[in-house]
Amino acid sequence: MLVIPTTAIILRGATIEGFNDGFKDVINNSSIRQALWFTAWQALASTVLTLIVALPATFVLSRFSFTGNRALQALITVPFLLPTVVVGAAFLAVLPSQLHYTAIALIAAHAYFNLTVVVRIVGARWEQLHPGIEQAARTLGASPITVFRTVTLPLLRSALATASGVIALFAFTSYGIVRTLGGPARSTIETEIYTRSVLIGDMSGALALSVLQMIVLTAMLWWWASLHSRKTAVPQISVEMRPPSTRSQIALVYGIALSTAAVVIAPLTALLWRSLTHSAPGTNRFTLSGWRAVASSTTFSAISTSAQFALCAMVIATVLGLMVSLGVAYGSSRFVWLERISILPLTVSAVTIGLGLLITYDTAPYDFRSAWIITPLAHSLIALPLVVRIVLPVVQQIPRSLQSVASTLGATPLQTWLTVDRPLISRALGASAALAFAVSIGEFGATSFLTRRGSETLPVTISRLLSRPGDTLRTQAYALCVIIVVISMIAIFLIDMFRPSRKAK
Amino acid sequence: MLDLAGITINYEGRTILDNACLSVARGEIVSLVGPSGSGKTTLLRVIAGLELPSRGTVVIDNKLMTGIPTHKRDVGLVFQDNQLFPHLSVFDNIAYSLRIKRVSKALQIEKVNEMLSLIGMEDLARRDVGQLSGGEAKRIAVARALVADPFILLLDEPLTGLDAELHDRLLDDMGALLRARRTTVVHVTHDHNEATRLSDRVVDVRTLGQSGVQLQ
Repeated sequence: MLVIPTTAIILRGATIEGFNDGFKDVINNSSIRQALWFTAWQALASTVLTLIVALPATFVLSRFSFTGNRALQALITVPFLLPTVVVGAAFLAVLPSQLHYTAIALIAAHAYFNLTVVVRIVGARWEQLHPGIEQAARTLGASPITVFRTVTLPLLRSALATASGVIALFAFTSYGIVRTLGGPARSTIETEIYTRSVLIGDMSGALALSVLQMIVLTAMLWWWASLHSRKTAVPQISVEMRPPSTRSQIALVYGIALSTAAVVIAPLTALLWRSLTHSAPGTNRFTLSGWRAVASSTTFSAISTSAQFALCAMVIATVLGLMVSLGVAYGSSRFVWLERISILPLTVSAVTIGLGLLITYDTAPYDFRSAWIITPLAHSLIALPLVVRIVLPVVQQIPRSLQSVASTLGATPLQTWLTVDRPLISRALGASAALAFAVSIGEFGATSFLTRRGSETLPVTISRLLSRPGDTLRTQAYALCVIIVVISMIAIFLIDMFRPSRKAK
Repeated sequence: MLDLAGITINYEGRTILDNACLSVARGEIVSLVGPSGSGKTTLLRVIAGLELPSRGTVVIDNKLMTGIPTHKRDVGLVFQDNQLFPHLSVFDNIAYSLRIKRVSKALQIEKVNEMLSLIGMEDLARRDVGQLSGGEAKRIAVARALVADPFILLLDEPLTGLDAELHDRLLDDMGALLRARRTTVVHVTHDHNEATRLSDRVVDVRTLGQSGVQLQ
């Protein structure tokens, strides 16, 4: 049932009357061509900017032990786990109004969101790179720049390519940030799909764009997967990190660490600040009007709707994820397709999933389009691959001999599951439940297609408030963003708390 | 050729070497011996400029090395664990120093081939370094350091971890190679037998300090 929407677009897209017209329209329409061009170049620019901003931080975090190393790593993760609408709003809050709705703002927000991708992927590789390899190059006469160019960079190349691929993919399919920061003039494929299907009612054009989007994404993922098969074997060793020793090293490490921390914190602080100030031309005065409005019935109902949807999505995604994981791990090889299908939603964007659900469930006998369950269903579909990726490895690591031991001691299959398997995977289930909750709370791409008046979620409400003129509405939107940031932080804390410990591995 | 004067190394509040002095003549092979933690490797790293001493001076070829970075010191270092570049072939590992000095392609090929024939590994030029055995990797590491023709070659426990037969064979080969090239060498080992077989002079690192060395 969950798989159908992800394939519906292709099937409907290929058979719908007028699809060919839609495709021709896509090729011929200058505004769509402009959107395609903008989508591509902003994805490239976002990738380059992310690398420029993140590489110095990656270097100090993976090479030096210093006070605040772990805190900085955690801090850099925060933007990635925030809803994209909130990241967009944070950049509206922190940037001067001249930069609002410009490509620069959009690209900067993408770089902010993806910082952790570089730090995690490239940093993991850099940490494993024995300093001796670089020192060997130095004793052979290579200057620090030559060492970086001829040794460090080639050894980091595959990690850099992987990180760039992930960032380009995120920037290419970015929707919440583009809707919030792009304004009417900056349209990408994703926002164009929304405009065509929801605002204009041109379903064949939207479907054609979605199919095009899927083709590009599949090509990108294929290219990405092929990179993984061409890795240079780096000696897998764990290098003890040393504190910066010379004065220039100390200045470099703390300079980079503090400026990176400032970059991450500034937009979040700006959100809080702007939720408490009313800015009239030339003045800024303190106000609680935004926060008072949060308590109003419509806004409060958005909070409660989001919470209900998130709980519902959390249960569906976790239960389904567990079933898929158990099926793949314990079932015969015939069940491998389950894993493949469960990660299918990763290869399509949230917008495409929203559109897919919209066209799949709008006719009898599945006319769920106005049913409330469709939104949490979409959220659980988006969270499912993440749940499987957390739970499946843990289930696969449980030695089968443990179950044999339990059964020789007289345990029934159910008792074995309850006393052996369940305790071993409960932490992974907790982490994936918190992650599914966080994904649902911040989900905007699919939700914006499925939302109905009276059942708006927090991100949809924020987007609506930000798109209307008036400082009071903005203040209210910023206050809601602060609430989401707090909820996301709690979820991040829970995910971290439940994360399977290294010992368990 | 090499003069170390008053080298003191403190690390995390501990004195590893105190006021150490050593002179090595051109073409001489000196072995430094001493137990683990006595500062042998650290002293090599100080000579190479990879560590800065708390006090003292390093003079190579009558030039004071204070403030001179590693890549300008003209020393070769063979690491205990080789540290071959995993992204480069055997040939490219050996050619590395020639390439960054922009030596012509023809000369690179000539020098690397000469080195490969000296170490008896002509047929392994295009091999991935990940496929080498321990002994082969060690020979490549020595060849890579020697091809640059450094003023001094530093050997950091170069034969540790090899089986006895291979250890003895490599020790003899390496000794013959270094003497034939009249290379100035500072060799570090904890194996007295290896030190006496390879070098002209064996020095216990604990006797380097004029005022008595503190050891762990």
